[in-house]
Amino acid sequence: MNKAARLWAALAAPGAFWLLFFFAVPFYAVACVAFGTVDPIFRDAIPQWNPLNWSFGEFNAVFSSVTSGPLRGVFVRTIVYVVSAMIISFAIGFPVAYYLARHAGKRRMLLLLLIIAPFWVNYLMRMLAWVNLLSPSGLFSRFVGMFGVQYNWLDGSPITVILGLVYGYIPFLILPLYATLERLDWRLVEAARDLGATSRQAFRVVTVPMAKAGVAAAAILIALPMFGDYYTNDLLSRSPKTEMLGNQIDYYINSSSQPQRGAILVIMLSTLLLVALSWYLRSTSRVGKERVR
Amino acid sequence: MTSVSTRRVKALPILIWGYITWSLVPVIIAVIYSFNDGRSRTVWKGFSFRWWFGDKYASVFHDDSMRQAIVNSLVLATTTMLIVTPLGLALAIGSHRLKGKSATAVQGMTSVPLITPEIVVGAALLLTFTRLFSGIPLGFPAQLLGNVTFSVSAVVVIVRARLVSIGSSFEEAARDLGATRFQALRYALMPLLWPSIVASFVVVFATVIDDFVITSFLSAGVESETVPLRIYSSVKGGATPALNALATLLVATTFTALTIGVFGLSFWRKRHGEQGGFKSALSDLTRMGE
Repeated sequence: MNKAARLWAALAAPGAFWLLFFFAVPFYAVACVAFGTVDPIFRDAIPQWNPLNWSFGEFNAVFSSVTSGPLRGVFVRTIVYVVSAMIISFAIGFPVAYYLARHAGKRRMLLLLLIIAPFWVNYLMRMLAWVNLLSPSGLFSRFVGMFGVQYNWLDGSPITVILGLVYGYIPFLILPLYATLERLDWRLVEAARDLGATSRQAFRVVTVPMAKAGVAAAAILIALPMFGDYYTNDLLSRSPKTEMLGNQIDYYINSSSQPQRGAILVIMLSTLLLVALSWYLRSTSRVGKERVR
Repeated sequence: MTSVSTRRVKALPILIWGYITWSLVPVIIAVIYSFNDGRSRTVWKGFSFRWWFGDKYASVFHDDSMRQAIVNSLVLATTTMLIVTPLGLALAIGSHRLKGKSATAVQGMTSVPLITPEIVVGAALLLTFTRLFSGIPLGFPAQLLGNVTFSVSAVVVIVRARLVSIGSSFEEAARDLGATRFQALRYALMPLLWPSIVASFVVVFATVIDDFVITSFLSAGVESETVPLRIYSSVKGGATPALNALATLLVATTFTALTIGVFGLSFWRKRHGEQGGFKSALSDLTRMGE
């Protein structure tokens, strides 16, 4: 190793070791708890630090509960809620980002600031605001009550939870979408129009392929935290009827005496997200190759 | 443009203003209700500062547990910021210049936290601190370590973007003029890195003061309760408008930090003749380019 490389390695070392100890090792610890044993009297998890002695009995039990038992509903619900929230977020977020990037004109800076603002407002403050509005005596409930709508929004309503997820995460979608759309070379779209493409054709053949990678990245950026969310659900519903995977993890890790189940669910969630992520990486690299061709 | 698409573009401003109203008005209403004279967070009884400081026991500035939460939040955010910025700065410079397998490994390891849901990190660290590194007690020490771990990658991203835009020519010039590698780093590169250091300070402070999941998983009861934890635990009960006031304070703190950051950065850019000004300062802090 030459002198320069030694300097760079010395600079990188503290941070790299930090991540090794407090990021990589904890993941190993999760596996050791998940594949460890359980104290027969206190039911507490006893981690098994040697991978050769890992036991997969409890993991299989949880897995069969996911495929054909009580946990199946939780998994299905999590996926349905997140996918619905993503679709609604895109339906609102894409036009907003598109307008901001293409047509905002002189008012762009003002609009941009107003759209960035919720990004900086604490997540729990935004949920608190809605809990106040949706509670039976809240402004929103009283307002829709004038039209004869009587609905208990905060008691296990899937609509509230899905819209809560949309409200919570949409700022994190709009900004990267805007950044992607703003950077696109719109002259290519104009060229397509000049060559006779209709606006819809230009959108499909030129805009979509150009924006695809950025849009997919933005989608991933909100999908990952949504899959692990439990507090939105807790604040807006706290009912077993709307329970998601994150709520189960929170429950088993924090308030039950079976942290082993929590560790197993953490591994399952990570695996699920890893599969989704590698699928995304593969599809974007294919997009890149197609464009080169 | 055809008439159809013109009409579509005309519908967009309505949508965008509708979105802005929907995203901001509920929060503004919550802020207004912190000035409610009544005990309710939903029924307006007239304007007063009762829940800010009027009430001698239950207002934000007199309620001991709320004051404790504010102090805890500020201490946690400031300490994390001071530890993680130098750590991430060194890691960014080192990993940017390293070559070969070790560089790939380090860069891979720094990008994983960016795509890991917080609940996974929180749960993993809780299991680690209770079963493996049991010398680290839950509460402030664990919360500090957890927040540093989760935000170090953000600092690396910010600093690395700056390193790419600076390039290596300044350091090479310094080396040609006889500086050692370390001197080139210290006197040619470091002064140019200031904007990314300030951006890291501000972003980390704002992220940590707003953090809920990791801080909650690693807390040890009331003594280590931060403002977001306090909001979470009292939203559903019959909390008074003092809770709205507490949340308003949190939002005001974040906004102050970020405003100082934006104006500081755009001032720096202007003074050093860099382009972009206000808008680049804004995008530095919102990490739009990620």
